[in-house]
Amino acid sequence: MAEKTAIELRNITKTFGEVVANKDISLTVNRGEILSVLGENGSGKTTLMNILSGIYFPDHGQIFIDGEEVVIRSPKDAFKYKIGMIHQHFKLVDVFSATENIVLGLKEKGRYNIKDAAKRVKEISERYGFEIDPFKRIHEMSVSEKQTVEIIKVLYRGADILILDEPTAVLTPQETQKLFAVLRRMKEDGKAIIIITHKLHEVLSLSDRVAVLRKGEYVGTVITSQTNESSLTEMMVGAKISLNIERSEPVNTEDRLTVKNLNCVNREGVKILNDISFTARSGEILGIAGIAGSGQRELLESIAGLQKVDEGEILYNNPKTGLQDNLRDKTPMQIRELGVRLSFVPEDRLGMGLVGNMDIIDNMMLRSYKKGKSVFLERKAPKDLAEHIIADLEVVTPGATTPVRRLSGGNVQKVLVGREIAASPTVLMAAYPVRGLDINSSYTIYNLLNAQKKKGVAVIFVGEDLDVLIELCDRIMVIGSGSVTGIVDGKTATKEEIGLLMTKSVKSGRGEDAV
Amino acid sequence: MMKQKEANPREPIFHIVKRDAIVWWKAWLIRAAAIVAALLVSAVLTVFLTGENPLDVFSSLIDGAIGTSRRFWFLIQNTAMLLCVALAVTPAFKMKFWNIGAEGQALIGGMATAACMIQLGDKLPYGVLLPLMFIASVLAGSIWALIPALFKAKWNTNETLFTLMMNYIAIQIVSFFASEWAVPKGSGKIGVINGDTQAGWLPVIGNQKYLLSVITVAVITVIMYIYLKYSKQGYEISVVGESQNTARYVGISVKKVIIRTMIISGAICGIAGFLLVAGADHTITRDTVAGRGFTAIMVSWLAKFNPLYMVLTSLLIVFLERGAVQISTSCGLNDSFSEIITGIIIFFIIGCEFFLNYSIKFRDKEADKQ
Amino acid sequence: MIATFIHRAVMQGIPLLFGSTGEIITEKSGNLNLGIPGIMYVGGISGVIGAFLYEHNLAGDPNPFLIIAIPLLSSLLGSLVMGLIYCFLTVTLRANQNVTGLALTTFGVGIGNFFGGSLIKLVDTDMPSITLSKTSSYFSKTFPFADNLGWFGEIFLSYSFLAYSAIIIALLASYIIKNTRAGLNLRAVGENPATADAAGINVNRYKYFATCIGSMVAGLGGLYYVMDYACGIWSNDAFGDRGWLAIALVIFAVWRPNISIIGSILFGGLFIIHNYFENLGMSAQELFKMAPYIVTLIVLIIVSMRNKKENQPPESLGLSYFREER
Repeated sequence: MAEKTAIELRNITKTFGEVVANKDISLTVNRGEILSVLGENGSGKTTLMNILSGIYFPDHGQIFIDGEEVVIRSPKDAFKYKIGMIHQHFKLVDVFSATENIVLGLKEKGRYNIKDAAKRVKEISERYGFEIDPFKRIHEMSVSEKQTVEIIKVLYRGADILILDEPTAVLTPQETQKLFAVLRRMKEDGKAIIIITHKLHEVLSLSDRVAVLRKGEYVGTVITSQTNESSLTEMMVGAKISLNIERSEPVNTEDRLTVKNLNCVNREGVKILNDISFTARSGEILGIAGIAGSGQRELLESIAGLQKVDEGEILYNNPKTGLQDNLRDKTPMQIRELGVRLSFVPEDRLGMGLVGNMDIIDNMMLRSYKKGKSVFLERKAPKDLAEHIIADLEVVTPGATTPVRRLSGGNVQKVLVGREIAASPTVLMAAYPVRGLDINSSYTIYNLLNAQKKKGVAVIFVGEDLDVLIELCDRIMVIGSGSVTGIVDGKTATKEEIGLLMTKSVKSGRGEDAV
Repeated sequence: MMKQKEANPREPIFHIVKRDAIVWWKAWLIRAAAIVAALLVSAVLTVFLTGENPLDVFSSLIDGAIGTSRRFWFLIQNTAMLLCVALAVTPAFKMKFWNIGAEGQALIGGMATAACMIQLGDKLPYGVLLPLMFIASVLAGSIWALIPALFKAKWNTNETLFTLMMNYIAIQIVSFFASEWAVPKGSGKIGVINGDTQAGWLPVIGNQKYLLSVITVAVITVIMYIYLKYSKQGYEISVVGESQNTARYVGISVKKVIIRTMIISGAICGIAGFLLVAGADHTITRDTVAGRGFTAIMVSWLAKFNPLYMVLTSLLIVFLERGAVQISTSCGLNDSFSEIITGIIIFFIIGCEFFLNYSIKFRDKEADKQ
Repeated sequence: MIATFIHRAVMQGIPLLFGSTGEIITEKSGNLNLGIPGIMYVGGISGVIGAFLYEHNLAGDPNPFLIIAIPLLSSLLGSLVMGLIYCFLTVTLRANQNVTGLALTTFGVGIGNFFGGSLIKLVDTDMPSITLSKTSSYFSKTFPFADNLGWFGEIFLSYSFLAYSAIIIALLASYIIKNTRAGLNLRAVGENPATADAAGINVNRYKYFATCIGSMVAGLGGLYYVMDYACGIWSNDAFGDRGWLAIALVIFAVWRPNISIIGSILFGGLFIIHNYFENLGMSAQELFKMAPYIVTLIVLIIVSMRNKKENQPPESLGLSYFREER
């Protein structure tokens, strides 16, 4: 095949403050091929693609399109070179209809006529087999509908270089297959396609070549047919590491938290949790697996008292008093006042677990500031705790008075987990605690969770990486579309088994918004 | 691929990058430079309009602000009143509740004071009347601030627009009473209240009419500083302002904090109204607060919501105002000249914030050559 | 009598309509410009300065074109400069919009009263005002046959060209915002600038354009007030709080200029209705003047309670946009 280079990136460097997001990256994409850009979270994939689509401007480096050097200063420039990007976080205007979003920013010839545009949208969607109502407003759409709008938007503009940023993260396997079929058709059309992902099987099944990034640096490009999962993993994480996470045998387990028939509905009136029942035991790690947005967040938030529950019970067996308390309809403050030592590491670290603009000491106080009768704050203990966590967990920071916003992702997470553990909980819930963390920080977190387990804490771990779940957890509960589809033993479970369970009950009630 | 460098003329010359942090002295240098630049522009403008020697202009500026002991005390009193309103809006702003209704809250507080003075001035002994006036003002101000807070907490009603409307309702209420209780009837003005008995007038201490007001505001400043920085409630305000999600996560009731903070905000506005009416004007008109509710927002924001810095920012603004009034008198311009000067200064100071938060990076030509 | 009432309500409402249309255009781009009251003052005084210079250097009869064009252009220019100041600070320098807007109002009212006061001094009369009767006579010309058509003429035809342009501008703005590509892009900028940016729309340019055009439209409200409503008489502070009322009207109209037309007449009516009650004391009149604000509050509350997506303020209203923010 006569390969024609569509894009060449040469020595691209981009820094944000002190963080080097991309360092000296060079890669090429040909026409009529699908290139996967593979890398862990935080390896700089998205930043690099944002540079290509004009969202960011590089500090150094050159971009060539069809052999010509170009400057992409804005998304408009990117369009000019027929580069279209489908972002991970959809860039759609909520109150606009699908068509309005699709034609947004276009300079078509002739008068603006939304009906004609809608007709063309319909044509495109029929050609590729999408189902979409051109006049439906975005805020009434499900996640996959929104993604469809994003893809049609790019097609409508006649882009011939497409960049997709983790497009499958929010899709069911069926939807993923559909998407891949579309992508292959585009490739046959001679388009250059870049897909960002960290899912190896997708890389292997879809792409022609794979470019690997690690910690903002370019590792290399390999031809997909000449590689395999383990060598890609090796490129991705560097030196070959065994995923040997220690797992001790649970001792003295007793039922700590029992959830019975939990049901809840989100603000839009969509049922998000459907009759969930399970028990978390002390001295054990309970994993929760599922496709993103299946209700994991709502489940943890309802236990933590942050989500309104419509039906069901959340029963806590207090080891001190031997009594059973119902946590349903209690606020976080009331739960604490009951003497329930419940710690929660939420998914949204800087938006919920910590306050970005406050320093580490003040963030330590979030959980404890109310202590004591005085109307004034007591900063001595939080200061000690902050210094203690910085030393013990090797948090890289200029000091305890640095705003946490300035720390890197892994260090932010250490601060958050450190604080939650410091409250010596009896139940510890962690949602995606290693997302975006480097390998070392991830292991620090696994060790912390294991240490808590040994202390007799009931740990609930929501994860996305099945390998980790299988190696770390004693039992794994799988949820799909807000229902429990199975609970398996971590020692005997296989990835295939869990994968099947994850997609099992997807038939009903899909269409909820993952917000 | 041997493209020439100059084939690409559209390379941007510079782009803007967010700063992480700025050294404190640099920050102050930038601010000082902005003020100096603003003063220069104002001076050029003044010279252009009057043809006076710029040095004379500056000397009358200083003369106007602190030239005589009377002017000096006027400056101090004005600063104190502006500071008081600025202190009032600060907790709300820190919570990211855009309370631009301080004008109305202070005015309604002043109205309560005036009402007590008029209706009860000859009925109650001084020792009862004065505390009653104070309490009435605090209550009136709090209620005026509580109303938008309740709607914000319950239905997330836009507070900027709500508090803005409340200002004008307060103004009309004052106009109503000013006309109802006008002396003489039909003049639409209340005139000096209890001019003969001085009932309800704030006591004069140390031979200085304004001293008590100034001391009161100084005390509030210190209390507010401590409240925001060292109290649990102040901490809650910061958390709610930074992230409502985090507040919910740790179990802070956002609604409760919004309502409580707005009551405090309104109460201090009420005190400002009380001091204005009982301590300075001894009357009430729709202009009693004189736009301080709006200027206070700028004072608070320029000081980054720090009560101690606010002493400086309010002093700066009042100093310029008083000075500009003097310039206009001595140069035969009219009083509104001071508003123009104030506007220019504020434009410069808010403009310079940009250089504190962002830096401009020029494309490194040398490094690109290779 | 009803016809007279409506006529006067419209006269009162037109400055508000200019102001609110201008502010709606501005807010659609995500800029909450609280400087509108100041801008309307500047629009008024700039027109007055233009007219003053022309009238006082006039030998014979005025040229009918120039006597309209000069005040009109100077008014537009004055408000344009104000719009540019606001944009430079909030868009280019990303300053806080509330603070900038309030400072702009202080500044604008200052400019208005300062130049007003200076001109008054220059004419050297006993009255605290300037009268520009010649200019005003041109600005307040109505349809010549309006008087012969009874109530119909009074309600529909008895206004000057500026009044009709206010309505036309409002309708035009409604149409552009809703039905054109530029309007779509503008709404996107106000709702979600990051999305608009990613779609290749120059966010800053839209913000600048919308805010400056909005300022100029609002400034015309000031011009109309002096030249037509007030019969060419400028006196300091006479314009009063109409600028804030215009901002209130934006909420009342739920960000739609065409609703603003009805709203402005209603507000105008509420503003003067106290004159139509017999034996109303002076103090009760003051209470009546509260009505527009209370009505606005009620609308604001109802809109927030119903929480309908279509009726909310533009989502990014009041926020600065910086592409590389993260």
